[in-house]
Amino acid sequence: MKLLTRQDLQKERVNAINKIKKQNCRILICAGTGCLAGGSEKIYNKLKEMAKEVEGVTLEFAKEAAHVGVHPSGCHGFCEMGPLVRIEPWNYLYIKVKEEDCEEIFQKTVLRGEPVEHLMYHQEDNVYQEQESIPFYAKQTRLVLKNCGHINAEDIDEYIAAGGYEALEKALFEMKPDDVIAQITESNLRGRGGGGFQTGYKWKQVARQQEKIRYVVCNGDEGDPGAFMDRSVMEGDPHKMLEGMAIAAYAVGAQEGYIYVRAEYPLAIKRLKMAIKQAEEFGLLGEDILGSGFNFTIHINRGAGAFVCGEGSALTASIEGERGMPRTKPPRTVEQGLFAKPTVLNNVETYANVPMIITNGASWYHEIGTQGSPGTKAFAITGSVNNTGLIEVPMGTTLREIVYDIGGGVKNDAAFKAVQIGGPSGGCLVSDNLDVKLDFDSLTKLGAMIGSGGLVVMDEGTCMVEVARFFMNFTQNESCGKCVPCREGTKRMLEILERIVAGNGTLEDLDLLEELGEAITATSLCGLGKSAALPVLSTLKNFRKEYEEHVVDKRCRTGNCQAMIRFIIQPEACKGCSKCARNCPVNAISGKVKEPFVINTETCIKCGACIDNCPFGAIYTEN
Amino acid sequence: MLEQSYYSKADEIISQHGRTQKALIPIIQDIQSCYRYLPAELLSYVAKQLGINEAKAYSVATFYENFSFEAKGKYVIRVCDGTACHVRKSTLILDKLYKELNLSKEKHTTEDMLFTLETVSCLGACGLAPVLTVNDEVHAAMTPEKVSALIAKLKEEEQ
Repeated sequence: MKLLTRQDLQKERVNAINKIKKQNCRILICAGTGCLAGGSEKIYNKLKEMAKEVEGVTLEFAKEAAHVGVHPSGCHGFCEMGPLVRIEPWNYLYIKVKEEDCEEIFQKTVLRGEPVEHLMYHQEDNVYQEQESIPFYAKQTRLVLKNCGHINAEDIDEYIAAGGYEALEKALFEMKPDDVIAQITESNLRGRGGGGFQTGYKWKQVARQQEKIRYVVCNGDEGDPGAFMDRSVMEGDPHKMLEGMAIAAYAVGAQEGYIYVRAEYPLAIKRLKMAIKQAEEFGLLGEDILGSGFNFTIHINRGAGAFVCGEGSALTASIEGERGMPRTKPPRTVEQGLFAKPTVLNNVETYANVPMIITNGASWYHEIGTQGSPGTKAFAITGSVNNTGLIEVPMGTTLREIVYDIGGGVKNDAAFKAVQIGGPSGGCLVSDNLDVKLDFDSLTKLGAMIGSGGLVVMDEGTCMVEVARFFMNFTQNESCGKCVPCREGTKRMLEILERIVAGNGTLEDLDLLEELGEAITATSLCGLGKSAALPVLSTLKNFRKEYEEHVVDKRCRTGNCQAMIRFIIQPEACKGCSKCARNCPVNAISGKVKEPFVINTETCIKCGACIDNCPFGAIYTEN
Repeated sequence: MLEQSYYSKADEIISQHGRTQKALIPIIQDIQSCYRYLPAELLSYVAKQLGINEAKAYSVATFYENFSFEAKGKYVIRVCDGTACHVRKSTLILDKLYKELNLSKEKHTTEDMLFTLETVSCLGACGLAPVLTVNDEVHAAMTPEKVSALIAKLKEEEQ
């Protein structure tokens, strides 16, 4: 059914709202990647089947005959507690739901409106019935993720009922392209992909180019390990992003758009394809949208496993069918981007911010967040933290609020050590930084960056040197090899770090790491290389002592660095039976029978065979 | 030389995407998802059909990590070694799989062509770390014990 005019869309919105109002009970089952892995599809099928049986029957809690809506929703964000089921109108959130629980949910909640308490979130004797009252949600400001988990991600009508495509409508019929750009510029919306570049400025640059063919590209190549906010938007509220792209296209005069999604996100690709198809059927994408004369179509490109394609010029090269390698700039993407035409390139979360700014205005947007970085930011909070998941908070929220209030503190009550922010291109924040207000500028000052928004919490048991090695290994692997500083530099830095964790490092290595890191940062071609050394430089700055222990004392206080573990025989407990020596594969154990044996740490390969074989428990390890 | 059916399949895929360079990656992606690897002969064939240089097509296919010229096992197991999984000890999961399947860093596929083991830098399911996927199906919060059970189950299904 094609909507030909603005009035058609408004009518459709009324219909869509009525359709939802009719459902006196709505069951939203999280169908994000996380909950699906936990078996939410079975729960969906079962509840859907049960709902059929009561269709049109009068329920105890409702005056009218029942219309139970059972929907697969996008990610609710509380992945640790999945599979999640939300039931409206009571807004109950059931956690860790199993297929066996469906019967009880149905009998109690759906038929009688009563809560099933044992499926609700508990914390220190408190039971949280409503989703919004759970501390994890209560402290958040969900704007970009507002619909995620609350609407059926596969039904365009649900998005329209939630106010979807209102912004596109407003832009097309009440604003000139320049007004749209002015509004976005005034809002000071900054790129959520990591750089924090001003979106409005980008759009303005594209709009003023001589060349008339322009493109709008969405960067959904969320490659930073530990980040999945873009995935959740694409899976849970795909239309919001499409609407943002359409508004951008209208503003800069583009007719074609491309979404580049990483291949590791098959569900996001499926939902986006579905959303594009529905939007085309409704006439919200395609030719002469709502009779305004504006044309816009969107294509999807799947990534093929190259992290560097998150970089603008590499991404456009990849869409063109080339090797995804960055090129020297200028010309910049806004001048010569995709197919050498002026191109707006923003990431998923940035586009998802656009509709609400157009609907509510720039001054509304400035009320949220900090002066330099208005709005909210979605963070993926993972690692050693109690409540892992996806959150959204106003810019300027402190790390303490995120880790302790929302994240529920460090797992197993371990001591907080650091947070790695921004993945392999970011830095670490330590306990001294817990009260810093997080926004683009404050983090740059600390030698870190927001990046895409991955927050990995690390406790006392994590070795920072090993973490730095891990990131360098990642970056080195993903370096495209075009420029020498990145190709060679990351390789050498990795070699040094591997040497250190193997217990063969020297103090000079630390200085060399710093020197190399600074050189790579200063001379690399693209963002990947420029930020490659950041995890090393920032851990060196904050945890130099730990590095020194590795190189001087040959000791890793966490025991993470396998090579530094020492196997020791306790002389008092050793009976001198020689069983360990006989089982040692490298003959590192020696001694006289009936006298305590000794392990030669130089030869020992730390296989643990001696510990397994000692009948007296006389062998122990020391970090 | 491959069987004729491979070339007909390639023709079918090419016709869906068009004969332009920008279609190269989508075409070879589709071929790969069809056969679970990219037969080198088909890459040359596609290059010819698209009117691009064979060397160029080869350079593109080798640049991206997802393309493989080697046939893969029926079950492709991808262990996530992203930051969140790494912090939650994904290395133990990987080691267990190496042992269970008798594979190594150099040898990715079992002799019986049943299993291929790969690592991936992030699957974006960090909340459920450590995770792995078997042919795109996500298995969450893995432990070495769960790995053994999973492999046993897959092997059983084969018999």
